[in-house]
Amino acid sequence: MRKCSISALDAVFAKIAESMTLYIPADDKNGAAYKKWESGMQLADTLNTVRSPKDFFFPQIENLMEFKTSGKTIEVIDTREAKEDFVVFGVRACDVKSFEVLDRVFLSEPVDSYYAERRAHGVIVSMACSRPAETCFCQTFGIDAAAPAGDISCWKDSENVYFEAQTEKGSALLNVIADLTEECGTEKVEEQQAKTREIMKKLPLADLTTEAFEGGDKTMEFFNIPEWKELSESCIGCGTCTFVCPTCQCYDIKDFNTGNGVVRFRCWDSCMYSDFTRMAHGNSRNSQVERFRQRFMHKLVYYPANNDGMFSCVGCGRCLSKCPISMNIVKVMKTIGGKK
Amino acid sequence: MMNTRNEPLIPKIGVITDIRIDTPDVKTFRVVTPDGQKAFEHMPGQCAMLSIPGVGEAMFSITSSPTNTEFMEFSIKKCGCVTEWLHQAEVGQQVTIRGPYGNGFPVDTAFKGQNMLFIAGGIGLAPLRSVINYVRHYRDRYGKIDIVYGSRSMNDLVDYKEIIDEWCNDDGINVHLTIDREQEGWDGHVGFVPNYVKELGFDTDKTAILCGPPIMIKFTLDGLASLGFDKTQVYTTMELRMKCGIGKCGRCNIGSKYVCKDGPVFRMDALSELPDEY
Repeated sequence: MRKCSISALDAVFAKIAESMTLYIPADDKNGAAYKKWESGMQLADTLNTVRSPKDFFFPQIENLMEFKTSGKTIEVIDTREAKEDFVVFGVRACDVKSFEVLDRVFLSEPVDSYYAERRAHGVIVSMACSRPAETCFCQTFGIDAAAPAGDISCWKDSENVYFEAQTEKGSALLNVIADLTEECGTEKVEEQQAKTREIMKKLPLADLTTEAFEGGDKTMEFFNIPEWKELSESCIGCGTCTFVCPTCQCYDIKDFNTGNGVVRFRCWDSCMYSDFTRMAHGNSRNSQVERFRQRFMHKLVYYPANNDGMFSCVGCGRCLSKCPISMNIVKVMKTIGGKK
Repeated sequence: MMNTRNEPLIPKIGVITDIRIDTPDVKTFRVVTPDGQKAFEHMPGQCAMLSIPGVGEAMFSITSSPTNTEFMEFSIKKCGCVTEWLHQAEVGQQVTIRGPYGNGFPVDTAFKGQNMLFIAGGIGLAPLRSVINYVRHYRDRYGKIDIVYGSRSMNDLVDYKEIIDEWCNDDGINVHLTIDREQEGWDGHVGFVPNYVKELGFDTDKTAILCGPPIMIKFTLDGLASLGFDKTQVYTTMELRMKCGIGKCGRCNIGSKYVCKDGPVFRMDALSELPDEY
C-alpha cells in the first residue's frame, strides 16, 4: 500500500494528467459530476456523482458509423477510432461493480467493439466510502463500500490518500505516481474500514435482502403477481431511473441525415418508454404496468437468470433520490419479495 | 489509428437484384453482395438486419433456403417505414445487410426423419419457406410433408407460383391452401387456418411448425392440442422489435430469453414456460 498527503493529491493528479486524460468527480451546481481534470480542480466532497460513470464506456450518445449514398449505391464508412488511455478517479464500490454488470452484456459474444475499446483503455481508480448515505444498499448485493474493486483501490482520511493496486493496469499507474507517494502500512485503512462497516450495519436499508430472488429462474413466480399494478400506478414513465442507473444498458440505434451523408448513432433508451417495443403491428408491452414490470424483472430476475445469479442492481441509491414519484427498486424488492 | 476489432453492428452492402410482386402488399427481394455473392451463410429460420441509411434498420427472416447458393431472398410486407421504403425501391438499389441472427429451426437434428406439418398464415409463410425448401432439397432425410397455408384472399397468398408449380408437384408433399372468404376464380378451400387444420385432422406422427399472425397461432395451437399433438412436437418462430440483433439492446426479450439470440424459433413447451408477453 502507498499513500500521499491530501495536499499532494493535486500533484498526483497533475502527474497522471501528463500522460493520460484524467477524470475526477468535481462539484457542480447540480451536484457532483465527472469532469476532465484541470489544474486547481478539487475532488468533490459529496458521496457520489449525480450521473453514474457508465458514460465513460457506454456514452449517452455515440456515433457508430457513417454512410455515403449516391443514387442507388451506399458506402459504409467505419468511423471507429482507437481510444487513448484514460483514468477515472474516485469511483465508488457500487459503480465499480456496475462495470462488471455491463461487461457481461457488452463483452459477451459477439463483443461490442465500441465498449470493449473504451474498457480496454480505461483505468479505474476507486474510492472507498467513509460516509455512506441513507439511500445506500450496496451491501444487499454483496458489495463492500469499504473495499472497492477497480484497477487501484483508494481510501481517503483527513490526512492522506491510500493506494493499493489491484490489477496490472493499476500497478502501472501506481508506478507513474511512485515519486509522489510512499510505501505505508495498512493500519489507518483498516481502522477506517472497520468504522465504515459499522455505519453500513446501521443504515436504514441494511436489512434489505435478495433472498426472494435467489435460487434459480423466478420468472413465473413473479411475473403474474397483482402487486405490479399497484407499484406502477403512479409511474409517469419518465425514464429518469434508467438514465441515472449505472447498470441500465438498453440502447436505441438511429440514423441522422447530416445533409452530407448519414450518421448511424447509438443512444441510451429506456424500457419505461412506450415506443421501446412498439412495432408496425403492435406493442408487446402496451401499458406502463408491463413496462415497469420489465425494468424490475430484468434487474432482479431475467439478468440473474442469464448471468449466474448476478443481479443487475448495485445499490447505488440514485433511483431512490431521483425518481419524481419516489418509486424505486427497494420498494419493489420489499413488496414482491415479501420482506418488511 | 482505427479500432481494428470486429464489429457486429457494422453491416455489409447488399444489392437488390430482383423484386417479385407477390401480393398487393408483399414483395420478395433478392439480395447479393456487390460482387454477386451471398452476403453470408444461414440456416432455415435465421434472420438478417436490412437497412436503408437514413430510413432505418429492421429484422427480416431469410425466406430463401440455405441450399440456394446464389442469393438470399426476403419476402417483405409493407407495414412500416423501412418496408414502405423498400417497396418503392428498384432493382439495383443497394441496402445494408448484417447477420445471420437467431437459432433457426433444428433441421439437422430434431426434424431429421420426421414427418413435417407446416402451417402458415399470410406473410407467416416467409420464414417457413426457407425450411420447406431445405426439406425439399434434402428430401430423403425427412418423412411425409403436409403444408397448410392460408391468406385473406387468393391474391394474398405469398409465393403462389412456387407453391403451385413446384411444391404441389413434389411426391410426398400435400399442399392444403385456404382463403378466408369465398372469391371468384377460387375453387379451393375457404375458411380460417385453425379450423382447416382441425378439419384435415392430422395424425400426431408429425412435427408441426407454425408461423402467422398471433391470433392464428393461438387458435391453431388449440386445434393441434385437440388433435393430440404434444407441445414438444410444435415449433414456432417469433418476432419482436429489435435494434441490435445480438441480445444487447434490451427490447426483444420474453422473460429472460432474447428473441434475436435465443429465438426466433421456440419449441412450444419452452415458449409456454415463458411469460405471455409477445
